[in-house]
Amino acid sequence: MLNIENLQATVADKPILKGLSLTVNAGEVHAIMGPNGAGKSTLGYTLGGRPGYEVTGGSVSFDGADLLALDPHERAAAGLFLGFQYPVEIPGVSNVQFLREALNAQRTARGEAPLSGGEFLKLAREKAGLLRMDMDMLKRPVNVGFSGGEKKRAEMVQMGILDPKLAILDETDSGLDIDALRICGEGINAIMRKPDRAVLLITHYQRLLDYVKPDFVHVLAGGRIVKSGGPELALQLEEQGYEAVAA
Amino acid sequence: MSVIDLPTHADEAYRYADLAALAGLWPLQPQVIHVAAGEQGALSIVAEGDAAQAREIEIVLGADAAFDLRLLNAGRAYGRLAVKVTLGRGARFHLGAAQLGGGDQVLEIVTEVVHAEPDAVSRQVIRSVLTGHATGTYLGKVRVDRGAVGTDGEQSVRAMLVDRTATANARPELEIYADDVKCAHGCAVGELDAMGLFYLQSRGLPPAEAKKLMLQAFIAEAFIGAGEEETLTAAALAALEGLL
Repeated sequence: MLNIENLQATVADKPILKGLSLTVNAGEVHAIMGPNGAGKSTLGYTLGGRPGYEVTGGSVSFDGADLLALDPHERAAAGLFLGFQYPVEIPGVSNVQFLREALNAQRTARGEAPLSGGEFLKLAREKAGLLRMDMDMLKRPVNVGFSGGEKKRAEMVQMGILDPKLAILDETDSGLDIDALRICGEGINAIMRKPDRAVLLITHYQRLLDYVKPDFVHVLAGGRIVKSGGPELALQLEEQGYEAVAA
Repeated sequence: MSVIDLPTHADEAYRYADLAALAGLWPLQPQVIHVAAGEQGALSIVAEGDAAQAREIEIVLGADAAFDLRLLNAGRAYGRLAVKVTLGRGARFHLGAAQLGGGDQVLEIVTEVVHAEPDAVSRQVIRSVLTGHATGTYLGKVRVDRGAVGTDGEQSVRAMLVDRTATANARPELEIYADDVKCAHGCAVGELDAMGLFYLQSRGLPPAEAKKLMLQAFIAEAFIGAGEEETLTAAALAALEGLL
């Protein structure tokens, strides 16, 4: 589904990703772990197409298409979802309006019929329920006045509604209390643990992986994957630290 | 009645005016509105179309009177909306105004709010969206007369430059001759938040749609709570679509 070859990227002319290669197949959950400054968030933003994250080498194919040739909204329509570490507040724009327009823009781009208001609300209610989020919150402006945990749950509701093929989740576990962590973890499983879906979890800690069991764990350090393994690698990292394991 | 001469740029209230366009409209006939003590009034003005226009409105509010004024300055030529409001004791005045311009248009909203007596409240929310080489101006004076204690005045002025070639002038001004008053003004000229735009696009909205959604929300702040909120918001959206 996702094939990253020797990816190199700079931010403000500073090289951050220095030859990162990774393959994610349909049905798989991959966790990317690594110390601060390793390039984890840069990987997410580069795959999402954030302006200022410049690819200087390598290639990324997504479902056979050249991902790097697409604009951010085209990447979304192709089935990519980027869960933000710090979801952005958009005053004055309600979640419901934003998500309906976003979903229908994606559907139109894929040649599918847009959803009616009623169909959309039914879908939104179902996905909000999955994350135990009140529909009233979805009528409020995007992320405005949401607590850290509410923002992350709202991200997962967005993911449920947009129904991507691949979710790249950047520190979805940060800022969550224990209950919210479990709810988000279960949400990710319900939405994305399917044979034709895949997840790239970017995280510092093992704790989210207790709920969303990865098939593969990678250590990102110095802009590259320096070690890969199964779920046991995450436990080993938690026990011994990045320095000992990645050395 | 003597015809007053056409103003010049030396006249503060006309400093940024398109005088050539104004000459064709001069002299202006102010629309005068009196609201009797304890009464309420409301007015919405939508300036649109291809012709230059300039309007002057004078509102006098009696004791405990209230007035809700909404302005949409969104024609495709010179547009000037000037308002003078005098508030009696305990009166309330709310202004929500938006202006949207492009090309080499000049748009301006000029207000003078006079707190003549104690305990009156004024609120002004001004939002401008400017593209191309347009100039959008807000000149807003709040005067608190001697003895008008307990005055509570607020101005919130924000302009969004969609293109860096556009110009926004914003000048909130306070003239206070009384003690024990509360007057606040906030003023910002900026561009759309790049991270917000990326966030919306990352969910599938094409760049133009993402921009429109953010600007729509920005303008809507001027019309929140208006009796004709939906009509005004729809007219503003139509003007916005014409600009982008």
